[in-house]
Amino acid sequence: MQYVIEVNGTARRVDVDGETPLLWVLRDKLDLKGTKFGCGAAQCGACTVHMDGQPIRACQTPIASVGTARITTIEAIGQTPVGQHVQAAWIELDVPQCGYCQAGQIMSATALLTHTPAPTDHDINDAMSGNLCRCATYTRIRAAIKRAADLGRT
Amino acid sequence: MLRRRNFLKASLAAGGGLLLTATLRGPAGAATLGTAGPDAVALNAYVRIAPSGQVTITAKNPEIGQGVKMMLPMLIAEELDVAWADVQIEQADLDARYPGQVAGGSTATPLNWLPMRQVGAAGRQMLIAAAAAQWGVPAHDCATEPGKVVHPASGRSLTYGALASQAAAIPVPDLAKLPLKDPKSFRIIGQPTRNIDVPRIVTGQPMFGIDVSVPGMLYAVFQKCDVHGGKLVSSNVAAIRGLPGVRAAFEVKGGADLRGLLDGVAVVADSWWEANRARQQLDIIWDEGDITGQSSESFAATAARLAKGKPESSIRRDGDVAAGFAKAAHVIEAAYHYPFLSHINLEPQNCTAHYADGRMEIWAPTQNPAPGSKLVAATLGIPESAIKVHMTRVGGGFGRRLSNDYMVEAAWIAKVVGAPVKLVWTREDDMRHDFYRPAGYHFFKGGVDANGRLIALSDHFVTFSQDGAIAASADMGPTEFPARMIDHLDYGVSMIPLRAPTGPLRAPRSNGLGFAFQSFLDELAHTAGRDPVQFALDILGPPRLLPDPPGPRVGPGFHTGRMRGVIELVAEKSGWGKTKLPKGTGMGLAYYFSHLGYFAEVVQATVDAEGAIVVDKVWVAGDIGSQIINPLNAEHQAQGAALDGIGTALGQGLHVRDGKIVQGNFDTVLPLRMRQSPPVEVHFRVTEFPPTGLGEPALPPALPALANAIFAATGKRIRSLPLKDQDLSATA
Ligand code: FES
Ligand code: FES
Repeated sequence: MQYVIEVNGTARRVDVDGETPLLWVLRDKLDLKGTKFGCGAAQCGACTVHMDGQPIRACQTPIASVGTARITTIEAIGQTPVGQHVQAAWIELDVPQCGYCQAGQIMSATALLTHTPAPTDHDINDAMSGNLCRCATYTRIRAAIKRAADLGRT
Repeated sequence: MLRRRNFLKASLAAGGGLLLTATLRGPAGAATLGTAGPDAVALNAYVRIAPSGQVTITAKNPEIGQGVKMMLPMLIAEELDVAWADVQIEQADLDARYPGQVAGGSTATPLNWLPMRQVGAAGRQMLIAAAAAQWGVPAHDCATEPGKVVHPASGRSLTYGALASQAAAIPVPDLAKLPLKDPKSFRIIGQPTRNIDVPRIVTGQPMFGIDVSVPGMLYAVFQKCDVHGGKLVSSNVAAIRGLPGVRAAFEVKGGADLRGLLDGVAVVADSWWEANRARQQLDIIWDEGDITGQSSESFAATAARLAKGKPESSIRRDGDVAAGFAKAAHVIEAAYHYPFLSHINLEPQNCTAHYADGRMEIWAPTQNPAPGSKLVAATLGIPESAIKVHMTRVGGGFGRRLSNDYMVEAAWIAKVVGAPVKLVWTREDDMRHDFYRPAGYHFFKGGVDANGRLIALSDHFVTFSQDGAIAASADMGPTEFPARMIDHLDYGVSMIPLRAPTGPLRAPRSNGLGFAFQSFLDELAHTAGRDPVQFALDILGPPRLLPDPPGPRVGPGFHTGRMRGVIELVAEKSGWGKTKLPKGTGMGLAYYFSHLGYFAEVVQATVDAEGAIVVDKVWVAGDIGSQIINPLNAEHQAQGAALDGIGTALGQGLHVRDGKIVQGNFDTVLPLRMRQSPPVEVHFRVTEFPPTGLGEPALPPALPALANAIFAATGKRIRSLPLKDQDLSATA
């Protein structure tokens, strides 16, 4: 089945079964490997992308359900000012260890800061607790979100 | 404290546009990632210098998030005497020129601290010799400044870039005789240094094993028996071949080695999702073998039964433990248990392999590529010289990827298919086909004298065997703390046969033993009415080195003074005994020596009336010797290890039923999440001892420190993990 979806501002045509999760379309058909597979069960957040600006789990999103929604992935999140601040804060504070979860963390953090420019610890807990970090870099993720919020203010 | 230069505002203001392509200057100037150009000259297997003065340093070890890709080049660059900003780092493949390409045991620092510095110093010596020859002056009249050789008497200087070709022709000096820098003059070692891979990580560039892409690549899944080592009897594999996208489906006959290729069915398709969907139609008849007694309930019952008798063998005996108990003012007994654990690397096991023209090319996220290459050679019957292993970035190691089962599976499937194949496991595959942290049972008895001193301790340790021998990482050594510090001591062991394979998980042995021993010692302190800090310092006694007895794991011994130092430091930093805590809140102490590192930790936790646990804060004090090589990473590793311990204690434990692991995903095995994650304050005590590693030793104390904090908060003693299975409510 042919689908045309908008990914990172570009219309992309793919020929796949309608049940194929967006995660595997991005990774294996569109060669956007920044979005990660961790659990396939909405448990880890490694596959987080934005659909019309909202964070969603790409492993749970069949391609047939995407329709005309705008999909944004880690590869293009730096095109928004908030995404840039988040990436810059992640580098400044040296957040990743293995790094595998971090694309999903950044997508969730960017969505949080877009809606809530000055998040409290409670806001951070609510927005980020769906993203596992096996290396437990949470201390620096929290600090980097606050740093990115600062960057957004200046 | 860490110094972080505020480069961000400047680069944002200056550039606009794509910030991340700008060169980011870390506190010591930033190295970059890359490959040496064709004009670069190799001084040795690690160092190439371009005419421009750019120095390319090879990082030889697998990077699993421990920061070794930065740390080893920092050692070389320091002694070579180059500016960190002129360094670019290249990841090695598996290569016979490099010794010890392993990520395990927190060994990279102790094993490489001198050799990598010698590599750099040798290069520097050769550059000096080249300059001296050109100037016709004695080498000892020359010196270096970052990136150049200078002759102070004449004021002349030559850059490394200009000298590299002549230097490369000079014989490599005797490494053992090379002068090394005085640590006081270090410019790179000891500087907080950012990880050069982060700009790529935050922009989603492909770098992990699972991201590998080879032209014409197909995707595979591999179904094995969930009873480890079960044999394939028959399957409907022929019916799978016609399913959408499927290119091949076939049975694989494996061997008996649970670490090698096992029986299973491979499904290969145009996309991974199609392969995995087709696999759900598989109908396989397995011969599971004998699974009698292979369940968690049965293990617990067997352990309790064994505990009533004498241990099958002795680990250590000092004094007369029965006489010690007879003399004691307080004697208590307690049974402790910790569960099986999976490593749950967030990147599931995967590997890409391509077999063509008699050669096998492999891209693997492995902690231990050399045995993987040997395993592939032996299993597939191809010479090792025809195998090339590329080491990708690894999405979490934790010991799981010291085994290379996924590598041999991918290689086998690729050879059968005759095309490049990427094998990716599901999370369920990963959790059900691990080399588990073995569960353990400890039956303790301890005696404290009238002065509140520990005088006698016994432990009947019930652990697991595999094929008659003690299972991997399921043993306990004769130096287990507080052995050597107590007059009357008796450690013995009994074993339960186990089908599931076991193996090292971050801080192997210590991650379970630490919980059991440090919890029971806390219990003894409270029984004797002693403050746990004072009780610990009493056990340790005066500062002295206790040498290790001869044996397989003989090391440099245990220094009581170093442990005292970190206990005193963590007590001071946490305000131990000085802070008035509200009802329902408590602090717990634990301390543990592992992987040559001395760590003491205090956890503050609050338990509400419903039994919900909030971990308020963790304080970590560590002694890993004379030098913290990269303080930015050291703080992070210690935080991550401590939080790993907290998360393990709170939410992780596997259940075995009929020889299979029951759980398969993160709905039932619960890694730590942001809302549970406390602040972690890290302090290092710098001592005169050689620098040692940091991936593991901050982990073991975190679990018992949390359990002891819960006791302090509630009066309930935690003798079994995980905490999610305990009822801590006020009415319980
Ligand atoms: S892979 Fe989608 S939530 Fe884990
Ligand atoms: S950095 Fe390793 S999983 Fe988050």
